[in-house]
Amino acid sequence: MDNPENRKINSTIAAFDAATFNFAQYPDEHGRFGEFGGKYVAETLMEAIGELQDAYATFRNDPEFIREFETDLRDYVGRPSAMYYAARMSEAYGAQIWLKREDLNHTGAHKINNAIGQALLAKRLGKTRIIAETGAGQHGVATATVAARLGLECVVYMGAEDVARQQPNVFRMKLLGAKVVPVESGTRTLKDALNEAMRDWVTNVDNTFYIIGTVAGPHPYPQMVRDFQSVIGKEARAQMLEKTDRLPDAVVACVGGGSNAIGIFHAFLNDKDVALYGAEAGGEGVATGRHAAPLTAGRPGVLHGNRTYLMEDENGQIIGTHSISAGLDYPGVGPEHSWLKDLGRVTYDAITDAEAMSAFHDVMRYEGIIPALESAHAFAYAKKLAPQYGKDKIILVNLSGRGDKDINTVAKMEGINL
Amino acid sequence: MSRISPLFEQLRQQNRTALIPYITAGDPHPDATVGIMHALVEGGADMIELGVPFSDPMADGPVIASAHERALAHHVGLIHVLDMVKSFRETNLKTPVILMGYQNPIEAMGIDRFAELAQAAGLDGVLTVDLPPEEAEPASRAYRAVGIDPIFLIAPTTHAERVRHIAKVASGFIYYVSLKGVTGAANLDTDALAGRLQEIRSDCGLPVGVGFGIRNAETAAAVGKVADAVIIGSALVQLIADSAAGANTDNWAALRQKLQDFMAQIRVALDQKTQN
Ligand SMILES: Cc1ncc(COP(=O)(O)O)c(C=O)c1O
Repeated sequence: MDNPENRKINSTIAAFDAATFNFAQYPDEHGRFGEFGGKYVAETLMEAIGELQDAYATFRNDPEFIREFETDLRDYVGRPSAMYYAARMSEAYGAQIWLKREDLNHTGAHKINNAIGQALLAKRLGKTRIIAETGAGQHGVATATVAARLGLECVVYMGAEDVARQQPNVFRMKLLGAKVVPVESGTRTLKDALNEAMRDWVTNVDNTFYIIGTVAGPHPYPQMVRDFQSVIGKEARAQMLEKTDRLPDAVVACVGGGSNAIGIFHAFLNDKDVALYGAEAGGEGVATGRHAAPLTAGRPGVLHGNRTYLMEDENGQIIGTHSISAGLDYPGVGPEHSWLKDLGRVTYDAITDAEAMSAFHDVMRYEGIIPALESAHAFAYAKKLAPQYGKDKIILVNLSGRGDKDINTVAKMEGINL
Repeated sequence: MSRISPLFEQLRQQNRTALIPYITAGDPHPDATVGIMHALVEGGADMIELGVPFSDPMADGPVIASAHERALAHHVGLIHVLDMVKSFRETNLKTPVILMGYQNPIEAMGIDRFAELAQAAGLDGVLTVDLPPEEAEPASRAYRAVGIDPIFLIAPTTHAERVRHIAKVASGFIYYVSLKGVTGAANLDTDALAGRLQEIRSDCGLPVGVGFGIRNAETAAAVGKVADAVIIGSALVQLIADSAAGANTDNWAALRQKLQDFMAQIRVALDQKTQN
């Protein structure tokens, strides 16, 4: 449930802080967002991470790099993505609902923005081999896509459980020439795929570039992925002003590792009157323990190269997560979100599987759009917020991806045999 | 001061190489670990490296990752590992014991509380795989304050300037990861190793132990000629996995004997250096 206590804190801090705070200054030179972030990796990778950090520090200000990135986003991805007024949904939910259509991107989700950016870096660093982890398979597909386009070898690690529930994407990756490696260790989901990708990277660090799919991992990944994804919010803010002559009252996004959320939030951080909301995966309900909501129900710790909120037991072991959505089924979250939570700038709450399923149907029936199950969490959150905002207020929802990949899961949930 | 520097000083005088076995605490069973530690010492170990089970052992290959999973099936956490060190110390006050693991279990306990309990248990060093010097200072400070050595890794990819920096923040010894990869990877190239160790020594005054890729007496002996310590992990853990399958959980004597014999072989191979 939306926590009114959080909203109060959110608006109080925003009132005297957010408008002037220099968010762009973070992370600091150590890769930290306050106490979060950093570089917690084995020594063997420190050299590669340092190299990446230096390269990225140069290229992020290099006009030639930026031009190439922007050209690819326009001509290959199809950006800018549309901004769409969801009229029937607005009627039903009780606030003006606008959608940022990342589902219309080439490969069907926001993940491609980041994959393009990192692949351009890999090329400039002379790497010949690309590896990635994937949960829902969207990042794997995006990475396989850019690797095919650049003629690079591509290996994608995917938890065995996710391989089973995201078959269409597994096949797409194979068609694109990638090798998909099912990961059988641990909980056989996204976190274990990340472990396996790290193991590959440490072994093949000389020729291999690791394209991480979200704003997690060691510095500079959280910064780099945020920068590549922040095109979402830059476009959305301008489109909102152009179409409605004002800014939205609220922006809502789902949070797995947090890349689509950071991507849309970033351009609005200094707009103190724009409330920002992140929907985590509440699974069967936070009270049951079967969920994937570290910001709502976890505590700070160290995993996968950074300090952030995690789901862990009393011994510091990472605990198994649960969500119908493979892309949200992760026990950690990008460090910048942990920091934005503690700052009070963004409000995070958990959305259950059932709430997301119900919103999934809403999007289909009201708007004729199949949303990804990940994105359905953002819609469910918007549905809860809408009555608090009312008909005059604008809620912008990040539709992070299309849901064709999820129809098998939905059918199974509803006991239908395809 | 911990037991580590005096040990290396003594071995240096005897022109001997330290033998450091690695086992994962709680593998194959929590009740077996302390007995195994004693058996390793009987077999000729100079120091023991005890792995702290973690749900996400990112730097470990399949052999040690499976050992973590076996230990976790018995819910072995950091607090239990410290208990094992404590009970080992009831009859052995001499052999240094270091922990090797990941940062999150330590943070979950609290760095200061961990340091305090580790000192009380008689621990000598802590090697945290995912804690490079850039992130280590708060933990290292707490360890040094209680006389526990913060031990750091140097990798084939670590350049000279970093080696010098690591030498400043580390104490006890340096753990040289002999190859790019996870634990349990293929055999290593001992000639290349010799050159690399020479470079490291010129930048760093601490004893250098070599681990990753040492699986038998021959490699151990070859590495022992150029290193101050030889660390054997995956080969030993694999032996535990093979022997423990179907073993009687009430009686670990056969397993202990097997491990002791394995250590003794390596000990003999290492000590040949002194004789010729
Ligand atoms: C469509 C879609 N949305 C959201 C996510 C979650 O990732 P993030 O939180 O990084 O945006 C995924 C991940 O696979 C996804 O495919």
